[in-house]
Amino acid sequence: MTSQIISWIAVSFLFAATLSFLITEDWRWSLTFLALLYLGVFWLTQLHWTFSMAAVKLVTGWMVATILGITRSALDPNLVSVPESSSWSHGKLFRIFTAALAFFIALSTTPTIIKLLPGIGIPEVTGSLILMTMGLLLLGLTIRPLKVVIGLLAFIAGFEILYAAVENATLVAALLALVNLGLALVGAYLLTAGTDENIGPQE
Amino acid sequence: MNAPLIWIGIPLILSVLLWLPRRANITALLGGSSALIFAMLAWFLPIDIAIRVNAIFSFKIVSSIEILGRQISITPADQPLVALLYSLTAIWFFGSSAAYIARRLVPIGMAMLALLIASLAVQPFLYAALIIQTAILIAVPLLSPPEVKPKRGVIRFLIYQTIAMPFILFSGWLLAGVESSPGDIELLTQAAVLLALGFAFLLAIFPLYTWIPLLMEEASPYAVGFILWLLPNITFLFALGFLDRYAWLREYPQLPNALRSAGLLMVLTGGIWSAFQRHLGRMMGYAAIVNTGFSLLSLSLLADHQLSTFFLLQIPQALGLIIWSLALSILKIHERSLEFKKVQGMLQRYPIILSGLLLAHLSAMGLPLLAGFPPIIALWEGLARQNLLAAFWVGLAVASLLTGALRTLAVLVMSPKDEGWTLNGSWVQNTLISIGIFFILLLGLFPQILYPLLANLPLTFEHLSG
Repeated sequence: MTSQIISWIAVSFLFAATLSFLITEDWRWSLTFLALLYLGVFWLTQLHWTFSMAAVKLVTGWMVATILGITRSALDPNLVSVPESSSWSHGKLFRIFTAALAFFIALSTTPTIIKLLPGIGIPEVTGSLILMTMGLLLLGLTIRPLKVVIGLLAFIAGFEILYAAVENATLVAALLALVNLGLALVGAYLLTAGTDENIGPQE
Repeated sequence: MNAPLIWIGIPLILSVLLWLPRRANITALLGGSSALIFAMLAWFLPIDIAIRVNAIFSFKIVSSIEILGRQISITPADQPLVALLYSLTAIWFFGSSAAYIARRLVPIGMAMLALLIASLAVQPFLYAALIIQTAILIAVPLLSPPEVKPKRGVIRFLIYQTIAMPFILFSGWLLAGVESSPGDIELLTQAAVLLALGFAFLLAIFPLYTWIPLLMEEASPYAVGFILWLLPNITFLFALGFLDRYAWLREYPQLPNALRSAGLLMVLTGGIWSAFQRHLGRMMGYAAIVNTGFSLLSLSLLADHQLSTFFLLQIPQALGLIIWSLALSILKIHERSLEFKKVQGMLQRYPIILSGLLLAHLSAMGLPLLAGFPPIIALWEGLARQNLLAAFWVGLAVASLLTGALRTLAVLVMSPKDEGWTLNGSWVQNTLISIGIFFILLLGLFPQILYPLLANLPLTFEHLSG
């Protein structure tokens, strides 16, 4: 029972974190929520994997957030500053409504997935679908490298929760961790690309 | 010694070492030579057979290695395929110096090839999706140089290719379920749909190919050409692995129709869009989409032709892409733009380089006497036997590609002023393109010279080779 309650808290936390990716313009908040998101992923994964295997996801997620955070903060101070937008402009209301729609799509799809994957619980499926739909939503709304990488990480994290219920091989866990870290490094590369005016063509 | 170490481990280590040379032509030479050596080793070195060096010393190359409880295995049947991939990569590497991209393409390309060969060798082969994803991540720095802000093309490439991975992994799990209960139609359909979605993203099937023309505008044409050759080819081999492994999938009644429809959609849209482009790079991008369409169509003929048409397409397509993208890179380096209005009359300034570009374009549409003609005519004939309407659509696509080639020719000879003929570009660039032109003509006139190389390739897929 306690486990179920914690699982649902984790699910609502995942929704809050992904919603924040959609509406916040401040990269610090985005990355803080990304790090916290992996707590929810860890909890939902450890329902099917051993504690130590699930901890790999948490550690990887925090490493990912750290890589992106360090890279972003090292950029030119002018770029680091938060855009001034305290009002509900920039389509925030639209994003909230779309997120709500994505949330309901996730909820309505959950029973179908549960039928497909015997042994998996409702919170895992709901959490996973929320992450995937919100990740896709974010990918559809932006082409900024940091947001895109966060969207892809959220999408993959959602998939990882589902996949943990059907596959527990060590190699899969290792390769998924590698893909997450690789995405963070690619994100860091894309963030820094073209920012240093002193870099000339290589050849 | 074991085979995965030779063709995966050592190239991965080499890919790090290849960052060290400071001169681009040294990197290209080292990378090209080492890829050629790997190709020759794959062709000549026997696996799982003891090799006797002298009376007291002998050794054997073992076919597999175990990593984290899973096998990576390169068998004797895989060797021709590994040889082909490394030899074509060697050509890309040798040409990279002339495209001024050797210092990025050679190390990254070597690492990508090693990983992609690992993806074909890993058992269970479903893990390949994760290794392919790693190779895709490595490709990003190749497509977006550090001195340029990332643009839409590379971002879309990253998104579309990453989204493919979960679909393929999940369909793999469903396929295992289908194996245990083959009568479950619902499960079978779900697995097939997820698999199709995964491959649609990976192969950039219509309408998921928008990143290709964008990248052709933004990045080095040679780098994009390399990606457009390597990734679809490995994805096709991965897809053939699925067909070879699962009997129900290759006997799925809708499979030939699905492959034919997807292929026709690709050749038609790619061909027609290419006819209307005003940018030489985008035109090549659409021609690469047509190439993928032709490969899909060749797989739709699996029942009649097995894999012969599919493998027959591979070398002419690769050769065409190498010459085309090299010519575009050289032109972009010298003239800064590939827009029609900027390249008017350039044929008089770059006669050899632009002849290579035009011949590669004409070969891609299967003009007689050029390398692309024998496989495309075989494909067209096979298709006409099955479905005349499909053959008509292919004809329309070919005519569209021809229109694009004629428009390019018209622009390139449209000199704004009375200008004399000069030979621009370095001697290396002109020589490489000349060699390419020679091979395009040679393969068009004597396609049978490919036979020894292609004969054993289908054996990698024992259930598909007939």
